[in-house]
Amino acid sequence: MMQTIDMATTPLRDLNALLQSQAEGNNQIQFSIENPKGSHAVAVGLDAPIEVTVNGSTGYYLAGMNKQATVRVTGHTGPGVAENMMSGTVIIEGDASQYAGATGHGGLLVIKGNASSRCGISMKGIDIVVHGNIGHMSAFMAQKGNLVVLGDAGDALGDSLYEARLFVRGSVKSLGADCIEKEMRPEHIEILKDLLERSGADASPEQFKRYGSARKLYNFNIDHAGEY
Amino acid sequence: MCGIVGLFLKKEELRPRLGDLLSDMLVTMTDRGPDSAGIAIYGDDAEGLKMTVQSDTPEETFATLETDLGGALGKPVSLKVIDTHAVINLPAGTEAEAKSFMKKRGIRVMGSGHAMEIFKEVGLPKDVAERFGIRAMSGSHGIGHTRMATESAVTTMGAHPFSTDDDQCLVHNGSLSNHNRMRQILTRKGFPPATENDTEVAACYISASLAEGANLGEALEGTLTDLDGFFTFVVGTKNGFGVVRDPIACKPAVMAETDDYVAFGSEYRALATLPGIDEARVWEPEPATVYFWER
Repeated sequence: MMQTIDMATTPLRDLNALLQSQAEGNNQIQFSIENPKGSHAVAVGLDAPIEVTVNGSTGYYLAGMNKQATVRVTGHTGPGVAENMMSGTVIIEGDASQYAGATGHGGLLVIKGNASSRCGISMKGIDIVVHGNIGHMSAFMAQKGNLVVLGDAGDALGDSLYEARLFVRGSVKSLGADCIEKEMRPEHIEILKDLLERSGADASPEQFKRYGSARKLYNFNIDHAGEY
Repeated sequence: MCGIVGLFLKKEELRPRLGDLLSDMLVTMTDRGPDSAGIAIYGDDAEGLKMTVQSDTPEETFATLETDLGGALGKPVSLKVIDTHAVINLPAGTEAEAKSFMKKRGIRVMGSGHAMEIFKEVGLPKDVAERFGIRAMSGSHGIGHTRMATESAVTTMGAHPFSTDDDQCLVHNGSLSNHNRMRQILTRKGFPPATENDTEVAACYISASLAEGANLGEALEGTLTDLDGFFTFVVGTKNGFGVVRDPIACKPAVMAETDDYVAFGSEYRALATLPGIDEARVWEPEPATVYFWER
């Protein structure tokens, strides 16, 4: 059964308290949220395998710190969507603003429109699939996980990158420091195929290029020991 | 932080609703800037020039202003007092004289123009909008700002919008780092900022560029090379409305366009109350990219 919560009449804290109180094994798993009108921090801190659909557009920090839950937004979303997500799935039908999926540890973030600057900044294991384009400084200091972009990437992609994998189908305006194009091996095709399927993306893995760390910036070079 | 709202109407029929729509947008941005608020409204074209002035003691100061100023100019003026502000209709060619009259009397000039009136005060956006009766105002376009001060004091003169030439105004979210150097350059060009505020320097920069013959788009483009710092600017001219963000673009911005209007908000929340927003084209303006509309 679907429970509907109207944000025109239900305060944000009550809404979040209700969603956060759901436990694994409850019968009630589907929630529909109406009239978000750009509200901040909608459906944050969830920790149960529930399905939340937000009908409209949201503001800052939608589905932050998400665990297990599936959160879908029918409109656009503001800065910091799914920030520090641990697991679960967040799907944005429209565009996302700055630092989507920042510091995420796990789970899948799907943005069907465009994401703007700093997408996946400092990502730590999350998978992010953007059907459109991403802005500048995306995947800055990204440590782990996969960022897949069907469109184009902006300036300084993957600057100071650690071990996250970046897959871009379109053009890359420029690569950041220590980020290089890398060979697409069969295991990467497999990872990409799975992510494209799970995010409903109409693209074949062979169309993408892979980018990763040159590992010159963050590795200690023994030949430089005398410099310290 | 700071909040910005702007609305540029494309349809004549919406003009009576401009103040009402802008007030809702402005109040929504209260938690981005609760210390001061201001709004510039482009209304009906006056025959002469409209000068908006402010006084902390309006009852006393404005009581004899109409006759005193009329006497000083040798021509009759008309005056409409709205809370701490007064909008004065000046006969053509008397602007400079009126300005020096205000300076002598210690009356602050908020701005002037044929279409633009400008109202700004310290206080919550809701209270500021109410005190000036913004809701009842009609017009073709308007720009509003809610301020959380960083670079200069919380005063009426530090509130946005800043107007540094006829029918021009600018609001800003961010902070500029080369404003002292630019202040010297702009003073030499004949556009001296009146306050210590960094944003006013940007307003003077746009005014100086337009005076040198640039169009609105070119003037905005120039900010990307000549101004250093963080900024999202929204600029109004008599017929135009423009937006530009610095290349780093960490100050938020959302725009919406329908057949009826172009709207700007620091957040989507500010746009959520607009008619037809669900069908509008909504997008985030790109970094270092100029957007402008003129009628």
